[in-house]
Amino acid sequence: MEIKVCGPGCASCEKTQKVVEAALAAKGIEAAVLKVKDFQEIAKLGVFSTPAVVVNGQVKCVGRVPKQSEVEGWIG
Amino acid sequence: MEPLQPAGCDCAKPAVCQATVKNKVQWRKATILGLISLGVWFFVYNQLEPISSYLTYSLLSIKKGSHLGDAVQFFAYDTPKVMMLLTLIVFIIGVIRSFFTQERTRKYLAGRRESAGNVMAAVLGIVTPFCSCSAVPLFIGFVQAGVPLGVTFSFLVAAPMVNEIALVLLYGLLGWKVAALYLVTGLLIAMVSGWVIGRMKLETWIEDWVQELRAGEAIIFEEKLTWHDRINNGVEAVRDIVGKVWMYVVAGIAVGAFIHGYVPEDFMASIMGRDAWWSVPAAVAVGIPMYSNAAGIVPVVEALLGKGAALGTVLAFMMAVIALSLPEMIILRKVLKPKLIAVFIVVVGTGIMFTGYLFNAIV
Repeated sequence: MEIKVCGPGCASCEKTQKVVEAALAAKGIEAAVLKVKDFQEIAKLGVFSTPAVVVNGQVKCVGRVPKQSEVEGWIG
Repeated sequence: MEPLQPAGCDCAKPAVCQATVKNKVQWRKATILGLISLGVWFFVYNQLEPISSYLTYSLLSIKKGSHLGDAVQFFAYDTPKVMMLLTLIVFIIGVIRSFFTQERTRKYLAGRRESAGNVMAAVLGIVTPFCSCSAVPLFIGFVQAGVPLGVTFSFLVAAPMVNEIALVLLYGLLGWKVAALYLVTGLLIAMVSGWVIGRMKLETWIEDWVQELRAGEAIIFEEKLTWHDRINNGVEAVRDIVGKVWMYVVAGIAVGAFIHGYVPEDFMASIMGRDAWWSVPAAVAVGIPMYSNAAGIVPVVEALLGKGAALGTVLAFMMAVIALSLPEMIILRKVLKPKLIAVFIVVVGTGIMFTGYLFNAIV
């Protein structure tokens, strides 16, 4: 599984990163969490507000920090 | 509680029906709880002044009218007052914002004509969730969706400048007239400077890659939110924003309290008074590179005003500090050519300066 967290690295993006990692740990899943910081790349994914989470190429949420339970649903 | 009869609900699907009823029950519970909390809030809020006097002059037995007494009472009254106002407004705005997303705002502004578009962008700038670090993706999204450049700028000026924290603090510390003045002129500056930039036809000064970018289809999530979710949104906003800014507020009020108690009455009059014509441009020039949020700057503004600084000069300073900042310019540099950033700063700075002079002349 490949998970991308899109965002330039502000507080909310860091929080999203932590939520995703916590969800992975809770589910006992090993997966690479990629930080996408380049705006050009982010825009190519169709994401225009950050933070955003992309799981296996599918955008799951934009413009907000997701809840851990949501993330667990996406990866489980 | 008695189970509610789904009276006015004659939908075919029982599941949908149940959800509607559940939403109604939630709504009713939330209203009752909200009214009670609001009552308690008002009661406590009205007791703050006598409590702070009692605390300062009786409990700590500091002499009334002394420098220390002035400073301590100012601090003991203003800190809880501002924090309570902040909590209430941030909560309400948090709930309101759950109705607006950047996606929806973008869709709404796409293809708008200028003028009307500038007005709408400035107003939407207040209620759309925004942080300066998301300015760049937002800008790309707006350009891609066909929002005119000037309209985009109206949004980018209004979003940071006219925000709930600035308004609450101005209201709490300086009264509703100053808060209203700030709201109206802030919106006007955003509308006019966006319109001016739009007139100048500077689309070629956007970085080339933004225009050439073949972005993916914008992904839009239409999330169905219940009232429970919206209220949670408000609570989250309070936890997030109040949890983050309280230190600035306390520090700002502490500085304000010190100035209030110890700095002589007319100290600022010669530097920031209305007779010093150069003080407005100087305040704007000093304010632009400075970076502070509204929470930290308003208490200082209040103290400066109390010491003889002119309202226009001080408001211009505050607007320059929160609307234009070095970090935001650096981040916008990724999508704007330096020439366009310079135009942006000059146009908005001129608008702010004009407002400063206007207030100094009429107030």
